[in-house]
Amino acid sequence: MSPRVMAQVAMVMNLDKCIGCHTCSVTCKQVWTNRPGMEYVWFNNVETRPGQGYPRRYEDQDRWRGGWVRDGRGRLRLRAGGRLRKLLSIFANPRMPSIQDYYEPWTYDYENLTNAPLTGDVPVAPPRSLISNQPEKISWSANWDDNLGGDPSPDPVLAKVSEQVRMEFEQAYMFYLPRICEHCLNPSCVASCPSGAMYKREEDGIVLVDQDRCRGWRMCVTGCPYKKVYFNHKTGKAEKCTFCYPRVEVGLPTVCSETCVGRLRYLGVLLYDADRVTEAASVADERDLYEAQLGVFVDPYDPAVDDAGLPAEWVEAARRSPVYDLITKYRIALPLHPEYRTLPMVWYVPPLSPVVDALSGTGHDGEDADNLFAAIESMRIPVDYLAELFTAGDPVPVTAALRRLAAMRSYMRAVNLGEQPVLADVGLSEDDLLAMYRLLALAKYEERYVIP
Amino acid sequence: MSAEDLLLKTGRFLRRSVTSGDLHTLYLTGGTEGDTFYRDRWSHDKVVRSTHGVNCTGSCSWKVFVKDGIITWESQETDYPSVGPDSPEYEPRGCPRGAAFSWYTYSPTRIRYPYARGVLVEMYAEARRRLSDPVAAWAEITTNPEKREKYQQARGHGGLVRISWDLATELIAAAHVHTIKTYGPDRVAGFSPVPAMSMVSQAIGARFVSLIGGTMLSYYDWYADLPVASPQVFGDQTDVPESADWWDAAYLIMWGSNVPVTRTPDAHWMAEARYRGQKVVVVAPDYSDAAKFADEFLSVRPGTDGALAMAMGHVLLKEFFVERARPYFTDYVRRFTDLPFLVTLRSHMGSYVPGKFLTAKDLGSQEEAAEWKTVFVSEQTGEPVVPNGSVGFRWTGSGAGRWNLNLDTTPKLTLYGGETAEVLLPRFDGGHSAHRGVPVMRVGEHLVTTVFDLLLAHYGVGRPGLPGSWPTGYDDDAEPYTPAWQEPITGVPARRAVKIAREFARTAESTGGRCMIILGAGTTQWFHGDTMYRAFLSLLLLTGCQGRNGGGWAHYVGQEKCRPQSGWALLAGALDWSRPPRQVPGTPFWYLHTDQWRYERFHAGELASPLAPGAFRGKHAADLVTEAVANGWMPMSPAFDRNPLDLGDADDPIAYTREELRSGRLRLAAEDPDDPRNWPRVLTLWRSNLLGASAKGDEYFLHHLLGTASNLDHPDEEAPKGKLDLLVTLDFRMTSSTIFSDVVLPAATWYEKHDLSSTDMHPFVHAFNPAISPPWQTKTDFSAFHAIARTFSDLARDRLGVRRDVVAVAYQHDTPGEIAHPGPDTPELQLVERDYGATAEKLAALGPLTERLGIQVKGVTFMPDREVDWLGRRCGLVPRGVAKGRPELDTDVKACETILALSGVSNGRLAAQGFRQLADRTGVSFAGVAQERHRIVFSDTQAGPTQVAASPEWSGKESHDRRYSPFTINVEHGKPWHTLTGRMHFFLDHDWIHEYGEALPVYRPPLDLAALCGETGTLRYLTPHNKWSLHSEYHDNLLMLSLSRGGPTIWMSTQDAAELGVSDNDWVEAVNRNGVVVARAVVSHRMPPGTVYMHHAQDRLIDVPKSEATGRRGGIHNALTQILIKPTHMIGAYAQLSYAFNYLGPTGNQRDEITTIRRRAQEAEY
Repeated sequence: MSPRVMAQVAMVMNLDKCIGCHTCSVTCKQVWTNRPGMEYVWFNNVETRPGQGYPRRYEDQDRWRGGWVRDGRGRLRLRAGGRLRKLLSIFANPRMPSIQDYYEPWTYDYENLTNAPLTGDVPVAPPRSLISNQPEKISWSANWDDNLGGDPSPDPVLAKVSEQVRMEFEQAYMFYLPRICEHCLNPSCVASCPSGAMYKREEDGIVLVDQDRCRGWRMCVTGCPYKKVYFNHKTGKAEKCTFCYPRVEVGLPTVCSETCVGRLRYLGVLLYDADRVTEAASVADERDLYEAQLGVFVDPYDPAVDDAGLPAEWVEAARRSPVYDLITKYRIALPLHPEYRTLPMVWYVPPLSPVVDALSGTGHDGEDADNLFAAIESMRIPVDYLAELFTAGDPVPVTAALRRLAAMRSYMRAVNLGEQPVLADVGLSEDDLLAMYRLLALAKYEERYVIP
Repeated sequence: MSAEDLLLKTGRFLRRSVTSGDLHTLYLTGGTEGDTFYRDRWSHDKVVRSTHGVNCTGSCSWKVFVKDGIITWESQETDYPSVGPDSPEYEPRGCPRGAAFSWYTYSPTRIRYPYARGVLVEMYAEARRRLSDPVAAWAEITTNPEKREKYQQARGHGGLVRISWDLATELIAAAHVHTIKTYGPDRVAGFSPVPAMSMVSQAIGARFVSLIGGTMLSYYDWYADLPVASPQVFGDQTDVPESADWWDAAYLIMWGSNVPVTRTPDAHWMAEARYRGQKVVVVAPDYSDAAKFADEFLSVRPGTDGALAMAMGHVLLKEFFVERARPYFTDYVRRFTDLPFLVTLRSHMGSYVPGKFLTAKDLGSQEEAAEWKTVFVSEQTGEPVVPNGSVGFRWTGSGAGRWNLNLDTTPKLTLYGGETAEVLLPRFDGGHSAHRGVPVMRVGEHLVTTVFDLLLAHYGVGRPGLPGSWPTGYDDDAEPYTPAWQEPITGVPARRAVKIAREFARTAESTGGRCMIILGAGTTQWFHGDTMYRAFLSLLLLTGCQGRNGGGWAHYVGQEKCRPQSGWALLAGALDWSRPPRQVPGTPFWYLHTDQWRYERFHAGELASPLAPGAFRGKHAADLVTEAVANGWMPMSPAFDRNPLDLGDADDPIAYTREELRSGRLRLAAEDPDDPRNWPRVLTLWRSNLLGASAKGDEYFLHHLLGTASNLDHPDEEAPKGKLDLLVTLDFRMTSSTIFSDVVLPAATWYEKHDLSSTDMHPFVHAFNPAISPPWQTKTDFSAFHAIARTFSDLARDRLGVRRDVVAVAYQHDTPGEIAHPGPDTPELQLVERDYGATAEKLAALGPLTERLGIQVKGVTFMPDREVDWLGRRCGLVPRGVAKGRPELDTDVKACETILALSGVSNGRLAAQGFRQLADRTGVSFAGVAQERHRIVFSDTQAGPTQVAASPEWSGKESHDRRYSPFTINVEHGKPWHTLTGRMHFFLDHDWIHEYGEALPVYRPPLDLAALCGETGTLRYLTPHNKWSLHSEYHDNLLMLSLSRGGPTIWMSTQDAAELGVSDNDWVEAVNRNGVVVARAVVSHRMPPGTVYMHHAQDRLIDVPKSEATGRRGGIHNALTQILIKPTHMIGAYAQLSYAFNYLGPTGNQRDEITTIRRRAQEAEY
């Protein structure tokens, strides 16, 4: 049966390049959510990992019950319960984070600084809650545990890592995880909405909340395992990352992408077989979800694509898609928490560094290609941790991705030093390696963002 | 099918639409009405290019979005000129701080109107009414002790009232007139840092201050961002690669530099270069943002980095010079460093110590400046040779055509193989001195060796047959500077030091010097930061990495390269109307005038070398300040204990002043800074937040300079309290500086004016443009200073008239003055005529000295005659008055145009002039370096970032097909460095350097403030740059505070927190002898024990409670620090060790500080 080909604009973020600067968060906030009712909302946020994230411990699905589960009959159900249960409990509090789990937004009495009468001391601007307007002791924010501040051990992912990870200086590691809405192929938020206000756009796969139809039931907040649907407490409606559709529609990258000074975001078209989404999301073993989702994607050169009725420029964009290459060709980008079974469409290249560091303790030369692979197994960021984020705990795809990155570095170092490069066996041809290098290292604007 | 799916299927539950087969997904095509909200949100009327005038070196071009006349948000421009097909690009440039900037436009901290303290306004209005004269009114208030105390004590304590611009400018003008008349123009001071971040805004105020004879204070050295090692080693203030050149590096060490935070828009070059196989090493105390990218992370104990670098140097010298010499390295150091030059040995305690460079004079030469011509031994003849290129060839008639690095013989690096002598080399690691042998020869009466031989001895790299005690191997931990020796000091395992040194050298050898060290404030801002840097630079010099693309030092700490240097300098110094301007080093100025010198209870001799002759014994650092001023090594303001205008009244003011000085009737003000005649009286701050950021020893500022309450525990009662008559700050937001100011002027933001921006990090200049007009009653700095100048001129015309001003200046670097040593023990004196009534007219016109005297830069002179003509036609000519017929400078756009027209980087004609002069002086060709037809006009920079061209203003080449790297002109054309030998220096031979034992790179540990100052705290208190605010800006920005901890924080390790009983987010107080900080703890295992971080520029205004220790508001990050002067930074009139503004001066270092921290009551009282 020929596939029912649909197109989606998807994103890949190369975490190996992320400097954790939060420019994406700020530019997104400024454009989309710096308005009443949305003070606490960051469509785009950046988390230091290990860390609790935003909202706090959102990955703890035992508590928040987001995403899908596979039932005994092999069918998917919303973890929080189906629509009927939602309908029956529609007036009860949905299971969703409180404002304290996000953070209680605040401001300061800035006016004091100018208007303070003559006193005996320096005027000051104490904090004040934007919710209650009362003085507030700030004890949580949109990014409280930045750079391992405080104790990251409540991180739900950390709890899953089999090997005990100690929070000690000598073993310190961290990396940054920028997050937006995943614009999933199998979005549990859409399935959770009793009003039909949430939808996935046919033409580009962007998941949106129809502001006119939203009745503020907030089931989507519960349903989304990434906690990327937010409740505007002024309008009483749900809001979420729009993938900057007013920009994407005219060929501009999303704000978070264009303003990313780490140059780590890629935007492009992915084609997928809409008829295989459910099947892929329903595979028995969580660890097969990554491969299953890859199986849903359609090769843009597949003859079926020509018959799918897609606009020519979309097909063209799909063929030049950096996202497709990173995900399927080089296989260095991985989905975030595939075990939620939503088939997310924002993927991540796992962070490589620091590698050689780990080997120096053993006295080996980490620059040697063979040792480099050994180092990946013992690098500061435990592969197990990355696997819990990206492959439902399966270390194999993570290791493979890291090895490709390492092999590229090793190869290019030889070129750089004028030596004979050696291509390690990582399943990449020399041409692929050079093309991957170009995409990751040179990362030209028009190659990062290929938008029809 | 379940019940709910049935509902869905029938469409009763959900809207009618396309659903996925499994009913999970609802598909709709876009463009529904519900989407319009977001379409509306993403709409705007115009997009304006501008940037941020903050001292972060970013110089990022931004799109500012405007809707309905309101600035909505900003995002980065991406239209930088391409770096080339095989490289990443500069786009986008920006950071979260910049992205949050538009918040300020309409924020509640925006200063919308002029303000002044109510008590002052009342007193002034009353006196003004009664006396009918602004100046008389000001004189009365400031000289009446009660009134004076009343408004001074109110500083910083609220009570600001709105006033009109007219009243504000009148009050300011009256204070200026009174001060100039009564005390002297040099009692007026201006402080505005880092011109590159907004050249016109900086220049306009500096121009006003300079026109009236006021004092502009330096910032680069004061910020401790100046790496003093740069003038010492390179003879250059700072010149570094653009960030795109990181891409060319095959090996990159980030040493004390947290690139992702402090170089946010540039960090991608590092991340991406790794994919090209670049190896990345990070050396830092904490597991920093940068460490995330490191192949190897070395956690070093704070302030001990120099020991690690010395040990790496040991490995490098031993393996790559002695055991097996590498031709690439030896050829390089022979030609481009002072290593082959001869140094005399002086006998000392039965042994020898290094003395001075052997010079042509020592060889008996009668040539002019023979004492400034250094000597090496020819490999071919074995005879001493005086090669071209030393400073003795730079300023002499006979040196024309000979100031170059051409060699007709091979310099001998070592005298090894013959006679030997034992030298003593100072140690500061606890040992007294090292006894090491060097090969020597006799030249006339002198016993000499080479710098290279001394260097080997100093680094402890032995050779058979040399006397002395040497390390037995890398694992010998008793002898400096072995890898094992450094391990207990730095905490870095010896084997890792060896490994990295080897890799570094091997990579440099195989790539022709493509190893780079990015250096940051973590290593610069120590008392002995210069020695640390010299140890780093040695690694680069020895491996031939300077002057190479992809190689060399990359110091990025606040310097922000003002690329159109000469045009800016002319405007800022008002050099087009009168010369010289008063430009004074900030650190000693504040040191004297905030009375911090009184709290320094140790003598300079206590930090001297164990082998020192003893010149500093018993001397206070303040004595050495006076000595340096008296020698003409560095300027100081006030200069004399008398009004320099009164000195100007004599028939021959210069002769009169000299005679008065000689007789002792006239004294240097620095001798008694607390005499009221010697106080600074008026201080204007703009583009800076001195009191909330850079004021090291902030509490001393508050008490002694401002005369208001402070957190000082035991202020010195003998010292004056309240020196300053008037403090004025121009800003767009409330800061500590505005809070403590008497008059606050509302400034336009960076999105409300025209200006220019440039940086080291990229080779472009680009424009600020107004997205909106300055709202409320705000004014651009440009228009504010013009308003002040107009009122001042009106008041001054009759009261001051035309006066002659005696200006004391130091012997300047890059001028013949740098070989004036040993000159007369007085500063150079010059006479300047000031027509005070014409100040405003001059401010608004380009003066005639522009083309009459030209513009001096780095020892060449641009003669911009055609440019002045062009500017007259472009900007219009002044129709009347003293400036009649001169090009107008009455708008910020014309000022931008003038800067670009008068700078070599933006005007190829001037650059070519300069290179022709250099060709004459050096006798070498600079063909192909200058692009004579290159020209940037202001509209180019408005259209987009525009690439500069090569100019003698800088040391590197610029072109579209290669990246900027410093000293490429020197290396590729044989142009000397601006140093004594004309080469890069390992060895410094000035007496004061010897006194401190720093003739060669040396390890000096952090200051022991327990021993020196009696400090009882034990935690290392560091103030690195903040992720959520940078420099003087932004720690009040709600967006940034929402992404962090929302207030002041101190980071500490889990171990220290446990010991102190502190939990994450607890309120803590840091207390030491200098002041108090109240903040909340961030406890993290990425912090090393024993060290706490209070990130830079956390002002006292946001969420700072009262301190338990003092009951008063807690202080800023610099409340715990204190200015300590390193005497060697004041050396002058000695080749590269000569004064220039922001080029050489004592650093306001602050990293050696320690503190006590305790958990306090958790209830915050505001």
